[in-house]
Amino acid sequence: MRWLAQLFTSSLGRKYVMAITGLFLCCFLVVHLSANLLTLIPDEGKTFNAFAHFMTHNWLIRLLEIILFAGFLIHIVQSIVLVVQNRKARPVRYAMQAAHPQVSWSSLNMGLLGSLILVFLVVHIGDFFVDSRFRPEKLGVDDQGYVNLYGEVVRAFSSLPYVVFYVLAMFALGFHLWHGFQSAFRSLGLMHLRYTPGIIWLGKVYTLIICGGFILIPVYWYFKQL
Amino acid sequence: MRVTLKVWRQKNAQDKGRFETYELDHIDEHASFLEMFDVLNEKLIKEGKDPVAFDHDCREGICGMCSMVINGRPHGPLPRTTTCQLHMRHFRDGETIVVEPWRAGAFPVIKDLVVDRSAFDRIIAAGGFISVNTGQAVEANSILVPKENADKAMSAAECIGCGACVAACKNASAMLFVAAKVSHLALLPQGQPERYRRVRNMVAQMDKEGFGACTNTNACEAACPKGISVANIARMNREYLRATLLAED
Repeated sequence: MRWLAQLFTSSLGRKYVMAITGLFLCCFLVVHLSANLLTLIPDEGKTFNAFAHFMTHNWLIRLLEIILFAGFLIHIVQSIVLVVQNRKARPVRYAMQAAHPQVSWSSLNMGLLGSLILVFLVVHIGDFFVDSRFRPEKLGVDDQGYVNLYGEVVRAFSSLPYVVFYVLAMFALGFHLWHGFQSAFRSLGLMHLRYTPGIIWLGKVYTLIICGGFILIPVYWYFKQL
Repeated sequence: MRVTLKVWRQKNAQDKGRFETYELDHIDEHASFLEMFDVLNEKLIKEGKDPVAFDHDCREGICGMCSMVINGRPHGPLPRTTTCQLHMRHFRDGETIVVEPWRAGAFPVIKDLVVDRSAFDRIIAAGGFISVNTGQAVEANSILVPKENADKAMSAAECIGCGACVAACKNASAMLFVAAKVSHLALLPQGQPERYRRVRNMVAQMDKEGFGACTNTNACEAACPKGISVANIARMNREYLRATLLAED
């Protein structure tokens, strides 16, 4: 079983786990953003609430939800283990360290950015997920009879401090993805003269679309309700 | 030219260490960084003080012994240049230069700027070799090596094992060094018999020595005096994944 231990607990193995969970979470963000964009359809949230109803009443989605939570958990726990090990690898710090143009700020601060995203995640889950899943009566129902998650979203985005917090968190996510997307491929050993420039390009486009989309929605709702 | 040096002084591994400041005047701008240190040491010896210990051997940029972190960069400010090939003309007259040893748990300080890099030797001993039969050498042309692979292997083999990659990495990771050695041998036919064992054992030894993991920052490539590419790290990731999944033990 040495191979299994190597695959998950060696320095390289831990990075495979980070890369696979990271890319899995990247897929989740696409689904999440697609759902959120439904709030922009001018139908008083009918489509969005119907979609939310479908997502919470489909056994396959419920199963994926468990895998999603596991994905988050593994990504976070593994990163903590790596950060602790990496810190231990340099017990005495340098008195002077020069920045290098070839080394991106994002890549040096993945732990910090991840921690900021984690803070956001805790608040975010407390805001939307817990209420919609465990206390749906708190949100009321729309005229289709579905839980009115749309109303909750619109209400949340009328608060300026919340919108600012949300947008800042999306910037943290953006910088995290800017490095993380292409880095995941490299951690898995996927680097090729022909494909890597495309992967780096795709990572940037992906980051801009995901973060741009997630920023657009709260900003739109905030200004609409002014 | 005149320079102010802030040099890390540490008696031994147990000593806490501190920076000492030295003023040097009349330094030839064409002197190498190590020659400037020779001047400093002669001055210290004449004053009856302990000279600064620093590693050096060939002073031709190929042995991998010199090792200072100069103004926050391993081997100093010039790209693809070892400390011994760095010259004083690349510094300003009157500049203050901060000199520290490689900082890594796996590279304990022996004295001043000298660190113990035998962790690298143990990683090599764990698998960075090929088996060669004794007896008459085989006819070289009968072993076919694609030109592209030969080029890549040669580029990886340029690694002089100085440890600048470890010194530059925020995680004190030895990935670039190990990846260069793994790549060099994995790309050549002679490296095939031990291919799976090599990468698994070298990575296991690297982890045992306490080097950090890779965050793909590219700081190692930027600091490497031989310009070893991070593509080698990706290749090692690939080699390791393949070896752990396909080896039968």
